[in-house]
Amino acid sequence: MSQVFHEIEKKIITSLKNNPKQTPENLEKSTNLSPDQIRRGIEWLKLKELAIVNESQTINISLGKNGLESFHKGLPERRLYDLLKNESKKLQDLQNELGSVFGPAIGLARKNNWVDTSEDKIFLKNYPSELPGEKTLKQIGENKISKSELDIDDLSSILKRPDFIIEDIIKTKEISLTENAKSIEITTGSSSAINVESKVPDVFVARTHPLKDTIDEIREIFVTLGFTEIIGSMAQPSFWNFDALFTPQDHPARELQDTFYLDGLSAKKIGTSEQIRKISESHKKNWRYYWDINEARKMVLRTHTTCVTIKHLADNKPDEARVFSLGRVFRNEKVSYKHLVEFNQIEGVVVGKNATLRDLMGIQREFYRRIGITKIKFWPTFFPYTEPSLQTMVYNDRLEKWVELFGMGIFRPEVTKPLGITKPVLAWGGGIERIAMLKYGLDDVREFYNNNLSWLRSATKCQ
Amino acid sequence: MPVIELSYSRLQKLLGKVSKKQISDSLPFLGLDIESEDKDLVRVEYSPNRPDYSTDLGIALGLQGLFGIKTGAIKLNIKKSNDYVIHVEPSVTKIRPFVTGIIAKNGRIDDIIIKQLMAMQEDLHFGIGRKRKKSSIGIHDLDKISFPLRYTTAKRDHRFVPLNSDKELTISEILDNTNVGQDYGAILGNFPQVPLILDSKKQTVSFPPIINASVTTVTTKTKNLFVEVTGINKDDAEDMLSVVATILQTAGFTLVSTKISGAKNTSPKLKPKKILINSVLINQMLGLNLTNSQIISSLKKSRLDATLKGKNIVCSIPSYRFDIFGPMDLVEEVTLGYGIQNLEPILSSSQTLGQTNPISIKLKSLSLIMIGLGYTEALNSSLTSKRVLYEMINREPINIISVLDSKSQEHTILRDSILPGLLENLSRNIHTSYPQKLFETGTIFSQGNPIDETTSFAGISAHQDSTFTEIKSILQSALKTGFDLDIETKTFSHPIFEEGRTASISVHGKTIGIMGEINSKTIENYKIRVPVVGFEISLSGLIFD
Repeated sequence: MSQVFHEIEKKIITSLKNNPKQTPENLEKSTNLSPDQIRRGIEWLKLKELAIVNESQTINISLGKNGLESFHKGLPERRLYDLLKNESKKLQDLQNELGSVFGPAIGLARKNNWVDTSEDKIFLKNYPSELPGEKTLKQIGENKISKSELDIDDLSSILKRPDFIIEDIIKTKEISLTENAKSIEITTGSSSAINVESKVPDVFVARTHPLKDTIDEIREIFVTLGFTEIIGSMAQPSFWNFDALFTPQDHPARELQDTFYLDGLSAKKIGTSEQIRKISESHKKNWRYYWDINEARKMVLRTHTTCVTIKHLADNKPDEARVFSLGRVFRNEKVSYKHLVEFNQIEGVVVGKNATLRDLMGIQREFYRRIGITKIKFWPTFFPYTEPSLQTMVYNDRLEKWVELFGMGIFRPEVTKPLGITKPVLAWGGGIERIAMLKYGLDDVREFYNNNLSWLRSATKCQ
Repeated sequence: MPVIELSYSRLQKLLGKVSKKQISDSLPFLGLDIESEDKDLVRVEYSPNRPDYSTDLGIALGLQGLFGIKTGAIKLNIKKSNDYVIHVEPSVTKIRPFVTGIIAKNGRIDDIIIKQLMAMQEDLHFGIGRKRKKSSIGIHDLDKISFPLRYTTAKRDHRFVPLNSDKELTISEILDNTNVGQDYGAILGNFPQVPLILDSKKQTVSFPPIINASVTTVTTKTKNLFVEVTGINKDDAEDMLSVVATILQTAGFTLVSTKISGAKNTSPKLKPKKILINSVLINQMLGLNLTNSQIISSLKKSRLDATLKGKNIVCSIPSYRFDIFGPMDLVEEVTLGYGIQNLEPILSSSQTLGQTNPISIKLKSLSLIMIGLGYTEALNSSLTSKRVLYEMINREPINIISVLDSKSQEHTILRDSILPGLLENLSRNIHTSYPQKLFETGTIFSQGNPIDETTSFAGISAHQDSTFTEIKSILQSALKTGFDLDIETKTFSHPIFEEGRTASISVHGKTIGIMGEINSKTIENYKIRVPVVGFEISLSGLIFD
């Protein structure tokens, strides 16, 4: 794959091929790019290992106020020399003539033994023809000069004098091409293209759980179909989970091997005395056994959310209602790709004097249509608390077979009458994981609760 | 749900001119789910309320109705006889008070029939028999028995040769040393006496509800059968008997009555019961406009009898259909006879306005905020294990809420906190790229009246540079943005967190949770290689009740 370069990169590479070492400022001039473009271009080339940036620093020297005065009028000691070169003079006279520079001039001359004193007069002695610093002053003049061009010894003789020398530290970058870059042929392409084919790093989107997405979608569908969501406890007295739903106390479904009983926990209050009395009478009459209230008090983890809706109906006795409950339910099962001990269920009811089995089927068909399932049919089935009872079968294109989804039916009079519910109640419900498995194409229901980040990060959000 | 294996070719023999496809298409409309198919064999699941479907003979009766080959109720033709008498002695009253029975003669018994009778017997024992406690059944070779019989009791040292044995055992030995004895012995309690059926030669016929005598074993050479049912309720015992009688008659046996007397026992009648229905109820429930004759013909297809009497329909239900309690059950029978495939679903407009629960709305908002903060949502079971909830985080178990007899070790106690589960999640992702940031909202449980359920919210962040400051910022932003709540933190101590890096969290002076850097021992236990910080707060009482 040929490398693709941005127009900025191309210009920089071309310029550096002509002139191998350049500062960014030089590059600005040679490429006509802005300082910011040059900076970005160099960064990109550096990342691609095509450019090398050598950073160095230079010091520029210029003259300060006193240095400039000395450049124009001569160093104080030079001016002293000029006064004394023809005649010796009195100290007082020299002071008058030299003014403020007298002190430094006479001090330096005495220290270096360039002058001596005789009969109150100062005269020259071994005065050098070129004074230290004069060469440097001349060289700098009114310009800026790189420190490297100067005689460091000569410079140091005036460096410390106040206001003589200004040092200016300048950092510079020098850009050059790597060996790889030198062989690059720059084609004069049309646009400012980038390498669109190269791999980029993965970033992971934080997201809601895929199963929660399905739950939310189902909740929304039923709300828009006119249903109100109710929420109830997961731990329930057996009374609401079983007895109120016409499941006899000696029924196999109530045994430990199917239902989770909570160790040593019983509910003191399970319902109104009328509810308890009427349910117990219905059981005794229809199932012919001794109904034990202590059995009804035993706390279980709900095996379906129907216990929440039936209690709602028993407590409110509406003549007209659409409610649903959505949440975790529990079965004492061996965990496998098909079964979980804890899963989500939706369960809803329609109460109304004109509610019919065909309405119930219609609501199901509409629900499935909204989640994208159009091939459905209804088969009879059995539930202890509904009559007639149906189940929806939906066609799974991937598995090429019909699979069972929601169950439904009309609550038996043995369920509704004792609780004072007088209008027909259509009820339906089923597991949500099954629907989510269809949506996400999963064959193992455990995947939803593994919290495997690779899956959570990769499962397609919108299905 | 119980399963039975059927043979298409056998069903075709029983039904006449019906194709294999017609049968397989119709089975679901009897409520039989096809589990698997293999050439001639098909395994179907049937409902526990229809023990007559535990044999292919019973299923054939149902299919005959659907196909219209034979419709209407199956009538039991029971020949009256005084030859088969059972005397019941009062000693059984307190133990297992009722016995009933029937004679089936001149049938042909092959291996398939024997297999099916045994399967039906097991099904009846499990279902209406409530694991033999309510009622149990014994099928015997009639010709090995001398009537009259006595239903009586015997002491536990009584001896006989039980089924599948070649030597005499005492009652105690049977109860202690055989599988059935161990499984069902508890039904008999601690009575010194046990129920027993003896024949006129004092030969043991049956030791209900445990085992038959070996001498009456049914084989392919058996021609005539004696069926007995014992139990604690007369009606249940007769219901059970009627299922067997119906199937045996269908199999070609001639039924002959027994005479039972003594200790409040009477001879079985096995008479149909009558239920009145009218077309209004049926049409109202189904959303149809069926005529009386359509209803009657549908009921007949469901193998019931029905006649019009004035405005009502009198429905006659054979005794083996004890799953039918009242008119609503007949609505279902009409539905099946009419055909569910003929019911067109309708969508009538709703008279009610739907509403999402306010708790769901708030939890959804919170999760969107956490997504915005870069946290991914996790979901864990509320039923978890001591390992996750206590051992791995070095916490002392107190006030545990356990379930009884869980089949899974990973699911034995209800969680009282969400954070431990999130830590467990991190341990399963140690080879996935970091940072890993998770949150979860869900129900937690504590002992109360009898159980308090509250909604908890936890978050966790694991990466090389995770700090207390980071997690406090996250929770602070989440609650401020979501609910305009300001949190305060104070030094605290909790085993899940590192000492000195743990805080209690409060809002308006009320403690709502904990946060901190996860204890290094826990990190080590889970072999997590980066520091982890987390928080957990209660949402109940904070953003909703």
